[in-house]
Order: sequence, then C-alpha cells, then structure tokens
Amino acid sequence: MILQFCRSCQKYQYYPRPICVACGGDDLWPVEAAGTGVVDSFTVVHRAETPYTVARVSLTEGPIVLTHLVDIPDPVCDQPVRLDWRDGLPVFRPSLPE
Amino acid sequence: MSVAIAGAAECDLGKTGKSILELQTQAVTRALADAGLTLADVDGIATNGISRFSATQLADYLGLQPSWSDSSFAGGAVFEMYVARAAQAISSGQCSTVVISYASNQRSARSRKLTGVYEEGTPEAAFEEPYRPLYPISYYAMVAQRYLHTYGLSRADLAGVAVAARDRAQLNPAAWTYGKGPLTVDEVLAAPMISSPLGALDCCLVTDGGGAVVLTSLSRARDLPKPPVTVMGYGEALTHTGMATAPDLLRTGAIESGQRAFARAGLAPADVDVVQLYDSFTISVPLGLEALGFAAPGEGLSVTLPHNTGGGGLAYCHPGQLGVLLLVEAVRQLRGECGARQVPDASVALAHGTGGIFSSHATVILGVDR
Ligand SMILES: [Zn+2]
Repeated sequence: MILQFCRSCQKYQYYPRPICVACGGDDLWPVEAAGTGVVDSFTVVHRAETPYTVARVSLTEGPIVLTHLVDIPDPVCDQPVRLDWRDGLPVFRPSLPE
Repeated sequence: MSVAIAGAAECDLGKTGKSILELQTQAVTRALADAGLTLADVDGIATNGISRFSATQLADYLGLQPSWSDSSFAGGAVFEMYVARAAQAISSGQCSTVVISYASNQRSARSRKLTGVYEEGTPEAAFEEPYRPLYPISYYAMVAQRYLHTYGLSRADLAGVAVAARDRAQLNPAAWTYGKGPLTVDEVLAAPMISSPLGALDCCLVTDGGGAVVLTSLSRARDLPKPPVTVMGYGEALTHTGMATAPDLLRTGAIESGQRAFARAGLAPADVDVVQLYDSFTISVPLGLEALGFAAPGEGLSVTLPHNTGGGGLAYCHPGQLGVLLLVEAVRQLRGECGARQVPDASVALAHGTGGIFSSHATVILGVDR
C-alpha cells in the first residue's frame, strides 16, 4: 500500500494527488505504508449473500482509509489491525499478538 | 435589505403517481397562493432534481423567464443554501421574488437506488467503491458505530429517535406514518439490518413529495396576506465527499455551519424555539443537535427543545432531499399554523440541511417579524 510523504511538511496522505493537502506543496514521495493501524469505525453490510465489513482504518502514518476488515467476526472501534491483501485490494485483519 | 419568506407549501406527498414537474407545479403555485402572489410576480427560481438544467427546465415548464436562478447541487442541504443566495440576490436588486422549490416522485417511479452513485473518474470510484459501501447509509452507519462506542450507548438508545419521530408524526395529518400508531424500540431493533448498527427503521422514508417557499423583501412581505417570516441568518460548510476524509466522524460541518448562521443572526442556540433538522437516519438527530449547540457532545439523545415537529424524514416524508420541507415546517411553526403540533409562541426557528454523507451543511435561522 503506497502512501505519499510530503517532504515539506512531513505529513502523509492517501490516495495520491498532485499536491499535499496539508501544506499545498508538491514535494511528494511514494512510500510503502507500515501496514498497521486501528479501526476508526466499521459497518457490516447485510445487503449481500454474505455480509461484509466496511471500515475506516486510521493508519499509523496518519491517513484514514476505507477498507474491509477480514477474519474479525466482532470488530470494535480502536482495535489494532494490520494490512493484508484480498483480490488485489488492501484489507485489514487482526494485529498479530505481541 | 431584510428579506422574508412570504409563502410556503407542500406538493402532494406519499405515493402520488405524478411526474416531478407536475409535483413541482403544485409546490410552486401553492406556495405563491399562500403568499398572495402569482407566477407573474416570480423573477427568481432555485431548484434542482429535475434535469441537468433544472432551473431552466422549471422556468420553461411554468412559462417563466427569470432574471435570477440557482441550480446548485449539494444534496439535501442546498435548499438552505438557496435561501442565502436568494436573500443576497433580492438585497442586491437582481430579482424581487424568488421561489425555492423541489419535488420528487421517487416512490411512484421506484427510482431510489441503495447502492448510490459513484461517478466515474472520481477518487471515490477508484479507492472506495471497490469495498462496496452502501451510499449513503454505510457512512452514517460508521458514524453511528463510532457514536455508540464513544458514549457507551446502544442501538436501543438510537432507536428512540425513530420512536419519537413516529410519535410526532401522529400529530401531522400530512405525514406518511400518520394514523399508523406508535413505533416501539423493539420494532426498530427487529427491523432488517441494512448496514450495522442501522436497520431499516433507522433510515428515512422513501416517498414522493416536495415543497416550495417564496422569498421577497421584508417591506413587500408586510403588505402580503400572511405574516412575514424573516431570514435572520444563514451559514454553510462543505467538508468532504469521500468516506475516509473526515478526521473525526463525530465532528461534522454542522458545527461551523451553525456557528456562522448564529453569528450572522446575532443569536445563540438558547434563543431558538424550534429546530428542523435533516433526519436522514436516526444518528443524524443527536449528532446534529450537538453540532448546532443544543446539547453537549454525547447528550443529543436527551434534547427536549422541540425539533422535527412534523415527523421529519423518518416519519413524515422523505422525497430524496428534505431541505425545502424543513423550511416549510419552520415557517408554519413561526406563523402558528401547526395545530396539534404547534410549539407555543415559537418566534425563532432553525432549519439545518445536510447533503450526501454529512458532506454539505447549511443552516438558516428564521424569525417572526417584530
Ligand atoms: Zn505538505
């Protein structure tokens, strides 16, 4: 998962844009996300054969992303999660135990 | 120059079998009749939801050639924004009489889509649509989840909003759920889950309907049949289109929109007698009341200030965009026309519209003429 890092103001952003929305600068560099974050909030969508969990995950770097939670039957807000991939899409699963 | 609302009306509501433009015509002509005016007096039109050229389309259909128009699109908040634009246009002399109108036949036409609209080429189509959130409900659901988590509340607490809306609608003969009797918390909790924690009865209705309001200068409104309702203040805020943009789900643009409207009116929340707030989903009510300053964070479910007196989008009517009907109910409350649901001596009303996924906000403060 690629974020943009702004070398002018040291902020990260996601999705990629031509300018940094924090400072307006354009000294942006692609960086690999650490792949860690916490669940900001989530919703289980029941309008499908198999319900699925849409979530906002706050990445450790700062940006919030819309994603799926997988292998988390009972998610809670603020729980730590880690990046995984499903069908070419970044998704999040439970953090590994310490 | 002070500007006032001189007329207000609904078109037919519910399931009408009529076209959008037939309903629009009802709304416009009824609001004009309420104001003691005719189509010949209208030189400004603000509307959307008809076609790409909505104001022009309506003008053509009604045989008008207005000198001012607005077809801005910002979801259900835009009708409160139109009030601001219309007041400015009337004050600056670009026009003298504006009709703000809206109508939808979405129930009759079965045109409501739960999957919503991801427009090709937008970042949301690329980065959010693949996760198949329902638009807009999944966003409101995430807000609700965060709200319940933050304040240690339950789905049953939120269900009370739907129960209260149903109760209020029993005092409004025009409401879709009028005469259906009370709703219970258990019924709300037992309704099919759509996007957790929001079930079917946490969501606004899907009905036909619409309405219109007529604005003109306060001095002219004083010579018309109905008591003028003055435009005391307005404010707005745009915050996001994406579901991942807002840094804090519980801080919506209603905070800034409300503060701007109060500042312009020279009033504070304590001065307001009745609130009409866009209740797209149950969560919208407590969060909106908090954002507008009527309750501390987390205490929006216990507000006793009269709000959504006609039953709102949850129990009265929801024709896709509720904004204009918030204004109609506010005007009627200030005129004392609300019968069994009348708030005694209401002299200041606040209408707050919301569009999209808490994307756009606009607040209008109205008052009786003193
Ligand atoms: Zn920057």
